[in-house]
Amino acid sequence: MPTQKFEDALKRLEEIISNLEQGDIPLDETVKMFQEGITLAKLCKDKLQSAEKEIQKIIKDTNGEFQLTILS
Amino acid sequence: MAMLIVMDAEPRYTVSEITRLIKTTLEDSFYSVLIQGEISDFKRHSSGHFYFTLKDQHAQLSAVMWRGKNMRLYFTPQDGMKVLAKGRITVFEKSGRYQLDVDTLQPLGIGELQIAFEQLKARLRDEGLFDESRKKPVPVFPETVGIVTSPTGAAIRDIVSIINRRFPGVQLILRPVKVQAEGAAEEIAQAIDEFNEYGAVDVLIVGRGGGSLEDLWPFNEESTARAISRSKIPVISAVGHEIDFTIADFVADLRAPTPSAAAELVVPDAAQEWEKIIQRLRRLYRITTDKFNFLNEKIQLLKSSRALQMPLDLIKQSSLQLDMLSGKLEMSYQNHIKNRIEYLNQLENRINALNPEAVLKRGFSITYRSKDNTIVKESSQLTSGDGVILKFFKGEASGRIEQVN
Repeated sequence: MPTQKFEDALKRLEEIISNLEQGDIPLDETVKMFQEGITLAKLCKDKLQSAEKEIQKIIKDTNGEFQLTILS
Repeated sequence: MAMLIVMDAEPRYTVSEITRLIKTTLEDSFYSVLIQGEISDFKRHSSGHFYFTLKDQHAQLSAVMWRGKNMRLYFTPQDGMKVLAKGRITVFEKSGRYQLDVDTLQPLGIGELQIAFEQLKARLRDEGLFDESRKKPVPVFPETVGIVTSPTGAAIRDIVSIINRRFPGVQLILRPVKVQAEGAAEEIAQAIDEFNEYGAVDVLIVGRGGGSLEDLWPFNEESTARAISRSKIPVISAVGHEIDFTIADFVADLRAPTPSAAAELVVPDAAQEWEKIIQRLRRLYRITTDKFNFLNEKIQLLKSSRALQMPLDLIKQSSLQLDMLSGKLEMSYQNHIKNRIEYLNQLENRINALNPEAVLKRGFSITYRSKDNTIVKESSQLTSGDGVILKFFKGEASGRIEQVN
């Protein structure tokens, strides 16, 4: 899950809510979905709150390799 | 007697001699002239040289513009175009013809850059490069943004500060380029191509701050336009001030009026997004608790409080988790969760209260009619003299009804 994108997490959260709203979902499934929803919200929150990242500079070196360095 | 024409009084030349003299005279007299006229019979030779005629109502002049010179032109000359040509007259001895050897050429009336702009715009539009169907959707939540601009300009500073304010977690990668003067367009095109080769970028911002038409010119060049057009990564153009429109803007998947505006467009506002997530969480809670309430009613009927215990614990734990995660950001929401927990506690108490033992514990007792051992719910079930049994939290007692009211 750490590589899950914000956009996908948000979509899944929306999906869970509409599933819960529509379907006649059994109790254990409801609990599972609820917990997944909380986890997704937490993931989104972490992304939203994540600290400023340092800007990188990309340069293609003479060997044709990409070099990423912190832009000072 | 034949008449002898006496020509000895005049100097006598061979054709070569007179032609050389004409050449010298003309070339010395007209080694730098400005000539105004209309272009006709324009031809671009396969060698790259331009051949055309400059004319007005009464005369015409052959002209040539060599490849080395015409490569510096921003526009392509066309028949009917009024121009100002600077150059020198040269004479070809072999054919006895003279022509204008053009150094520089300027359109008359509207500016050269303007003509070049319109020409390229028309050509690329006809090719379909501006078609809406070609435009790629720009991602709503990019994780990595590539930027093609000068490392020292105002544009990069503006973009970085705005993105960091709106959505600080986004990774920015700058590919520094020259954004004006000769060779800038090629550098920009190369940078876009390289980002595509690198790949791990969700969207590109290509641009620079405001400047003169000449300064912005690299964004009006074909190489820049082509690179934007062939980019697999969506491109946001961000050139100059709001009023400046460049070819890059027409080809880009999204045009931002300024570099700052590009930064606003490329990432959402984190605070607003959090608000949306809170709303979703509220819905999630409402739906889930509604479900539990519904089940709770069923359970009450079944008088089996234990079955509810496990999911209740789970929901409480999750509430606490959420309490922690929403933290400082959303005090009101925290309160909402606290209310939720309180509500769940009350729910638990209510379930406990349903246990008849708990009722008796609080001092209530149950009355049974002795003859059939039924629970007495109303006085009409009894007549005076009936035997009754009273059941307390601890122990029982029996007695006889004296009077029914």
